[in-house]
Amino acid sequence: MKKWLILLAAVFLVSCGGDQRPRLFVYNVGEYMDTSVLEEFEEEYGVRVIYETFDSNETAYQKLKAGTTAYDVVFPSDYMIEKMIKEDMLEKLDFSLIPNFENLLPEFTYLEYDPKNLYSVPYFWGTVGIVYDTRLVNGSVDSWSALWDERYEKEIFMYDSQRDSLMVALKLLGYSLNTHKTEELEAAKSLLIKQSPFVIAYITDVVISNMIAGNAGLAVVYSGDAAYIMDENESMEYVIPKEGSNLWVDAMVIPKMSNNKELAHAFIDFILRPEIGLANTEYVMYSTPNALVLEELEGEGWTENDAFNPDLSKFPNLEMFKDPGEFVAEYDRIWIEILAGAK
Amino acid sequence: MNENIKRFSYPYIVWISIVIVIPVLLIFLYSFIQSTGEPVVFRFTLQNYRDFLDPIFLNVLWHSFIIAAISTAICLLLGYPVAWVVSRLKPHRQSSALMLFILPMWINMLLRTYAWITILSRQGILNKILARLGMGPFHMMYTDFSVSLGMVYNFLPFMILPIYTSILKVDGHLIDAARDLGASGSHVFRKVMLPLTMPGIITGVTMVFLPAMSTFVIPQLLGGGQYIMIGNLIERQFLLTGDWHFGSAISVVLMAFILLSVWAMKRFDGGGSQAGTAGKGALPW
Repeated sequence: MKKWLILLAAVFLVSCGGDQRPRLFVYNVGEYMDTSVLEEFEEEYGVRVIYETFDSNETAYQKLKAGTTAYDVVFPSDYMIEKMIKEDMLEKLDFSLIPNFENLLPEFTYLEYDPKNLYSVPYFWGTVGIVYDTRLVNGSVDSWSALWDERYEKEIFMYDSQRDSLMVALKLLGYSLNTHKTEELEAAKSLLIKQSPFVIAYITDVVISNMIAGNAGLAVVYSGDAAYIMDENESMEYVIPKEGSNLWVDAMVIPKMSNNKELAHAFIDFILRPEIGLANTEYVMYSTPNALVLEELEGEGWTENDAFNPDLSKFPNLEMFKDPGEFVAEYDRIWIEILAGAK
Repeated sequence: MNENIKRFSYPYIVWISIVIVIPVLLIFLYSFIQSTGEPVVFRFTLQNYRDFLDPIFLNVLWHSFIIAAISTAICLLLGYPVAWVVSRLKPHRQSSALMLFILPMWINMLLRTYAWITILSRQGILNKILARLGMGPFHMMYTDFSVSLGMVYNFLPFMILPIYTSILKVDGHLIDAARDLGASGSHVFRKVMLPLTMPGIITGVTMVFLPAMSTFVIPQLLGGGQYIMIGNLIERQFLLTGDWHFGSAISVVLMAFILLSVWAMKRFDGGGSQAGTAGKGALPW
């Protein structure tokens, strides 16, 4: 009996004390990085990377606010970064530690959410649009109104995220996706409730496998997911509707509570390396803001693809989300009313 | 001896206070206060409960109740005959039969539930088989049907096991006696078996109804967001909206609702099994 206890204690000690490497806590969106690059980073810097994922900006915000884990590098989107800057949650970056920053395309830095570019380094960007099955849809889709077309009853997947779904209705009505007018939100709500009989479901990441399998004719998706779906299922096509849509940027930030800021900077710089950027781009298939990665991809049929790399000059009415501030309560209320009222 | 056993329960009491009693008290506290913008200053309020009286939220509560009740009823209708059949098998067969029901529970619940997506989708396995037979395709995924099916599938063992136990406890001579006195098969069931196994039924119904009422994973995966249940509402308040006070108030309402249901079922038991000898030992509280 005693022997067993000693053995057990020994196993415990070994398993606890074995890894003395410094730890880096990374918090990213799910399925949003080729995790083999993490191993590469671990080896090069002699550290251990603790990699955790979230499924929405709101979830990430709540987790950071609760402060239970001191994350070192986080990957939120534009409007959430704006909110975090406002609430003094982010560390000012030391760009002398991020020399690879110059690899980035100028149009994706110094954006509205971080106008002096003090806090964030862009990771991927993209649009939101409709992916549709060309076998089912006659002709081509070019408007959000296709999602209200009776012919496509029970053929539609919407995205289960309040800002993205409301964006679709707001844009169709010709309003800004950053509206602060309750009556415009109410109009969007009525439109979405009217649409609900045509909708199969409001889902998030499972939309990818569902569209690859052909379980619906049309779906609202992020551009990178669309690129992946089209790669797997040849009859699928992606369009950015003519009424305009959301242009978004996800970026890397260092929260104030990070315990290892120097290493966090090194990690951000590492991600900006062309070969690492290429590995991640090929894995997640979102649009890269990294000029060197884009050069590598030239001539592979990616750069001419609207899902992967749309020519922004062709889409003048793309808008970025802004943090709604206190008005977010209105968005929450409207969204719950849509979900509870849609049946 | 008794004292010795009591001492062993201390770790459990400490454990239960930390992971259950204190959190429940905190939820209560949170549901009655409102932050004033300053870090440690709170104000007492009933506003969170008033907010819940909105028809939209009451509708969500009602819809959750209906789906949970339907799933529980289906579990009972399926579970009782199964428990009966198992209890009539030879003893060594019984344990392997029970094993078959418990075995799927060794697999993670998320995986088991995800599997239904593959089966029920339009291009899924079931529709492919039906297409071979010249039927369909049917729209099964992301409906009331798929949500109820997911619940019945996940919670059925909780119905079968207590009913099976209570059927085993019934003295077979009572059935023989009833038969000898001329009772028909359905008579024996209604007048003898049903009252005697009522404690098992009540336990089974409770153990299925409680998780069915509060689950948020199953409607999320199989209902596709449009079947928002009370559990999803609470999840959203905590994870997305960040309104812990309102989320806590909904949790308290749910707890009250569940306590009320359990109380009602206990009353029902008291009336239903007066003739029974099995007692109420099968109820866990």
